[in-house]
Amino acid sequence: MLEALDILLQANFWAATIRIATPLIFGVLGALLCERAGVLNLGIEGIFVAGAMSGWLAVYLGLPLWGGVLVAAATGAAFGFLHALLTVPLGLSQHVTGIGVTLLATSVSYFGYRVAFPNVATPPRIEPFPPLDVPFFGDLPFIGPILDQQSAFTVLAFICVGVLAVVLARTPLGLALRAVGDNPEAVEAQGLSVVALRMGAVMAGSALMALGGAFLTLSAFNAFYFGMINGRGWVCIALTVFASWRPGKALLGALLFGALDAYQLRIQTIAGGVVPSQIFLMLPYIFSIAALVLVARRADYPRALMKPYFKGQR
Amino acid sequence: MIRFVPRERTPVWLTIAVSIGSGLAALLLTAIPLALTGAPVFTAFVLMAQGAAGDGFALAETLTRATPLIFTGLAAAVAFRAKLWNIGAEGQLYAGALATVALGAGLIEAPPYVLVPLVLIGAAAAGAALLLVPVLFKARFGADEVVVTLLMNFIVLLFVQMMLEGPMKDEMALGWPQSAPVLDEATLPKLVTGLRLHWGLVLAVVAAVLLHVFISRTVWGFRIRAVGENARAARYAGLPVGKAMALVGILSGGLAGLAGASEVAGLKGYLTADLSPGFGYAGIVVATLANLSPLGVVPAAIFVAGVFVGADSMSRAIGISNYLADLVVAFALLSVLVGGLLTRFRIVFVRREPA
Repeated sequence: MLEALDILLQANFWAATIRIATPLIFGVLGALLCERAGVLNLGIEGIFVAGAMSGWLAVYLGLPLWGGVLVAAATGAAFGFLHALLTVPLGLSQHVTGIGVTLLATSVSYFGYRVAFPNVATPPRIEPFPPLDVPFFGDLPFIGPILDQQSAFTVLAFICVGVLAVVLARTPLGLALRAVGDNPEAVEAQGLSVVALRMGAVMAGSALMALGGAFLTLSAFNAFYFGMINGRGWVCIALTVFASWRPGKALLGALLFGALDAYQLRIQTIAGGVVPSQIFLMLPYIFSIAALVLVARRADYPRALMKPYFKGQR
Repeated sequence: MIRFVPRERTPVWLTIAVSIGSGLAALLLTAIPLALTGAPVFTAFVLMAQGAAGDGFALAETLTRATPLIFTGLAAAVAFRAKLWNIGAEGQLYAGALATVALGAGLIEAPPYVLVPLVLIGAAAAGAALLLVPVLFKARFGADEVVVTLLMNFIVLLFVQMMLEGPMKDEMALGWPQSAPVLDEATLPKLVTGLRLHWGLVLAVVAAVLLHVFISRTVWGFRIRAVGENARAARYAGLPVGKAMALVGILSGGLAGLAGASEVAGLKGYLTADLSPGFGYAGIVVATLANLSPLGVVPAAIFVAGVFVGADSMSRAIGISNYLADLVVAFALLSVLVGGLLTRFRIVFVRREPA
């Protein structure tokens, strides 16, 4: 029993928590940006795959690591443009279109990977982002080892949380973005373009999602594997509701989820013989559903979420 | 600028033309990545068509693959009609498959005319029960069913793996974990000896016809459609919205559960964790291609199955990745979505009004 608590005192556990949370931070930020503007983006699972694959391939072909990050973001924005085009000016069902984008992004990525490496059994590796050497704080006990295990890509995730929080809460652009998800008529009355704002938000949000995928291939691992996304995108959709569409709470939710996942990995080695490993693997999903049920009543959905807007109607 | 003007009626010829046009658009779009790889595009498509329907054997394979897709397509169609966004058909399929093995692999010994219906009812009940949970969460707590049904897919799949490595493990099997085989008395017979085609196909088609009659001809079918079109108006008109949603949940989950039963008892004979290569998600595509019409689900499922079977055979012949099949299906889904605009709206070009 003490061993179960002991895990919480290991720097290793907290380092893993942050590492597991990083792709989710990008994913939740992306999802909440799209949804704040009124568009549900179920393309997230596929956009994760496309970001992971394109970023990794770019680096493998010779671009620097940050070049790979940019390529991934551009890929995400491209799929975001497709989703936005279908759902905003054309007003198609956001659920079905999102599933279509996931299907397309996943199959393009897998197909492209197979074309690039037809007969390769083990995927070729790249040199991923190195762990940071944090000055001063890196020398502190306990905190130091946690920070020293992170990469610059993780730092980018935390920066994005801050930037998005400030932009949404404090800038005229953020006000317009929030309004377009709550009351598009009012935005139109202000003389702003609902279509442009929503499409921009979905593209930027999808670029963030793709960064979550790229983190996996460029920082956490050093290669692209089939099935490596494994539902992370869908978890982000759940975490968005949990986060009540706020960047700060998104960070909190992602860290909580990361901690749960890191904990289940470690507790398995202690209790593995008694409890089937699948029980532990289920915990994050059960936790997500429980969190959804608990916050759903209070959830302050963007009021125009999933409602297409056509100029001049109503 | 462009404006969409809703059509009062959609002419039949337009619906058919749009379906064919969407299919052609999907093939054209797929030709781009195919050409980029340097593959002979035309030959590849001919090989795909031959692989899907070139001879009796190919056709039987396509129909075998279409069987679970009809069930999951119907599951999505009936749910989406009522605006119940069930993205969890994959999990419900596995729940049905688990029930099939639990009931049909030796627990009960009975003649086929008892055991086969028992297994089918058990599978449908398991799938329905699984979907009733998120429907209840939605009704009681307002929890979004899209997310809950999605996440439940992962939980069910992990549960299946746990059962296959634990209580349901077949000790006689070597290699990958699998369940004990279902009894002969619980097996759906083959339609033609020597082919994999089984009675599940007949059941699936019957289910499509029954669902069509139910939705278009009965009071409850009308209520489901009314709830889907405008839940608030339906509630205002005094329709039992809660009961209608529960019924949709039972129908949708039950149909997805039957997909699992049909794959286990009709085709594989036992349960493995890779029973479904995403039939649940493909069902959403099928239902959309069919414009959510139960009768349309049958040809749509055969089309999607043909793409997968044909792409498999083509990829073996000229060494192109069979992920091409997923590409065709994704493009088909998106083209049909866009094409659907043409059937619902007239597109009018107007000059930008002066501000």
